[in-house]
Amino acid sequence: MAPVLEVSGLKTHFFTRAGTVKSVDGVSFHVERGEVLGLVGESGSGKSVTGFSVMGLIDPPGRIVEGSIKLNGKELVGLDEEGFREVRGREVAMIFQDPMMTLNPVLRVDTQMIEAVTAHDKVSHKAARERSRDALAKVGIPSPEERLNAYPHQFSGGMRQRVAIAIALLHRPPLIICDEPTTALDVTIQSQILAEMQGLCADTGTALVWITHDLGVVAGLADRIAVMYAGRIVETGAVDPVLDTPLHPYTSGLLGSLPAEGEPGAPLRQIRGSTPSLARLPQGCAFAARCDYVQADCLALAPDVTPFPGARGVRCHHPLNLAGVAA
Amino acid sequence: MTTPILTLEGVSKRFTKPLDAASKFANLLGAKYSEQVVHAVDSVDLSIRQGEVVGLVGESGCGKSTLGRVVAGVHHASSGRVSWRGRYTNEMSAEERKAATLAIQMIFQDPMSSLNPRLRVTDIVGEAPVVHGLVPKAQQDSYVAEMLDRVGLDSTYRRRYPHQFSGGQRARIGIARALAVKPQFLVCDESVAALDVSIQAQVLNLFMKLRDELNLTYLFISHDLSVVRHLSDRVVIMYLGRVVEAAPAAELFKGPQHPYAQALLANVPSIAARKKRFAPLKGEIPSPLHPPSGCHFHPRCPQAGPRCRVERPALKEIATGHVAACHLHDGGVGALAA
Repeated sequence: MAPVLEVSGLKTHFFTRAGTVKSVDGVSFHVERGEVLGLVGESGSGKSVTGFSVMGLIDPPGRIVEGSIKLNGKELVGLDEEGFREVRGREVAMIFQDPMMTLNPVLRVDTQMIEAVTAHDKVSHKAARERSRDALAKVGIPSPEERLNAYPHQFSGGMRQRVAIAIALLHRPPLIICDEPTTALDVTIQSQILAEMQGLCADTGTALVWITHDLGVVAGLADRIAVMYAGRIVETGAVDPVLDTPLHPYTSGLLGSLPAEGEPGAPLRQIRGSTPSLARLPQGCAFAARCDYVQADCLALAPDVTPFPGARGVRCHHPLNLAGVAA
Repeated sequence: MTTPILTLEGVSKRFTKPLDAASKFANLLGAKYSEQVVHAVDSVDLSIRQGEVVGLVGESGCGKSTLGRVVAGVHHASSGRVSWRGRYTNEMSAEERKAATLAIQMIFQDPMSSLNPRLRVTDIVGEAPVVHGLVPKAQQDSYVAEMLDRVGLDSTYRRRYPHQFSGGQRARIGIARALAVKPQFLVCDESVAALDVSIQAQVLNLFMKLRDELNLTYLFISHDLSVVRHLSDRVVIMYLGRVVEAAPAAELFKGPQHPYAQALLANVPSIAARKKRFAPLKGEIPSPLHPPSGCHFHPRCPQAGPRCRVERPALKEIATGHVAACHLHDGGVGALAA
């Protein structure tokens, strides 16, 4: 079966006065039906811009300069605004980090949800309201009938995020892009949202692209993982092999930086330096300046993706843990 | 066991929203508006020994930051007493109090809102030690350079402004500023929460290095249990203004006793747990304006009984140095105490 989403060679650049910022610079990945892909990276790695590109939310000075985004076989790059209105909500939805950005603060929840329903389906006001109420009930909001009449500020942070998820689910899109939806939430509330999403995706077969910086969340939720660094996917593969035997020094460094994995009190295996400016990327590998295993060819030539068995790929001249992959 | 360097005895902090003129007038006409009181911190006892790292954990609104601010002297306690090196702060002379205030420094979460954007780093870091007479004005520049070296920043950057630095570097400036007045005790309020994982690891390593070099004591406030576990000797867990459990870090993470601590630990995402079924706690964190009766946690607690709704559980020692405030460990949740 064809994948729900197939992104190939995507380049999204921002043309600013300070120079061209290559936020996404040759990203390729795919998501199968019902699959959860964890898109992991630190700030400025281009993970959110990748999500925005799929949704057609890149505004000037940004532009998709190259590549293709195929959603259920349909090319999205070059689609006009009218075309995107058809796609958004019905075929792909997005959940953002801050639900207050999704929800209009001066409209009641029912107004916003009914509008979202009737945007794609010709149904009566009453039927749309019923569908909205059912969606709220499905994401675990108590007394959904009364809550429909509330304004966004009357909800707590966790409940607001549930409303945003309910809106995303209204048209049962085959793909939802989640951009750090639990980052701002407390641990126990994050756990509630993750449990809801897990259950909903199992019921409806919705595929997820879960954008996050939290490797712990990805480990618990995702089937596959793609690690981004400076606008490129540097490593991809199923969750277990990537986290157990990372091939890319950056993935390995990220895992070593996690306080939970180290011996309490012992120094963490930190990555030195900080992320390079996307407007002035070095000629060779973008990670070379911070890499412990850097060699002469890393500085001269940016590495291409090397495929490995088990649908793994790594963008590195000298991958680690090769023994673990062969075994 | 060494004597504690800092002790809190029944410290509470209440924030009161006074009635506005309209409500006062309405009250004259028979309406019943009353002042809104938030019990941010509700009689907390805590003692911290010299050289110890105490991790203070809890979710938003549990009062951990307020408690940190009371310790640092930013807020005064509404009731209860704070003692520093065996002396109650409210009985200190002005001079002693100044010395204590200098000895306890605070490092904040967001360096951008805690660093003056119009000052150069040399003034941000150097102002306080010069004002307090620790360093003569003439030596300010070289002293700042020394401080920046200590926190791993290039000392040639000291003529720059905060916006010219990255997030991780700004965190280091915040640390350098706190260290500049030669403190003995640091209150770190979510000091690494805003940083990326790789930068966070660098700053955590810095905290541990400084502790060894300068013999510092930390109160490390965080919502991130993995950070706290890594850094702390002892962990204190708060819920809605009260301490629910406190124990040495290794022991607490091995066997949490309070149902809230158990749920909190079980819900931390970890890369060891693959494709796990999330089994969350029910319900939301209640508003501290109207906390539940009895044990604050009883509406969400899977093991709550009738006693929990009525009686506030006291902190009981259940093993050496391990205390928990739960009726389960104090005669059961069923019957009401006579």
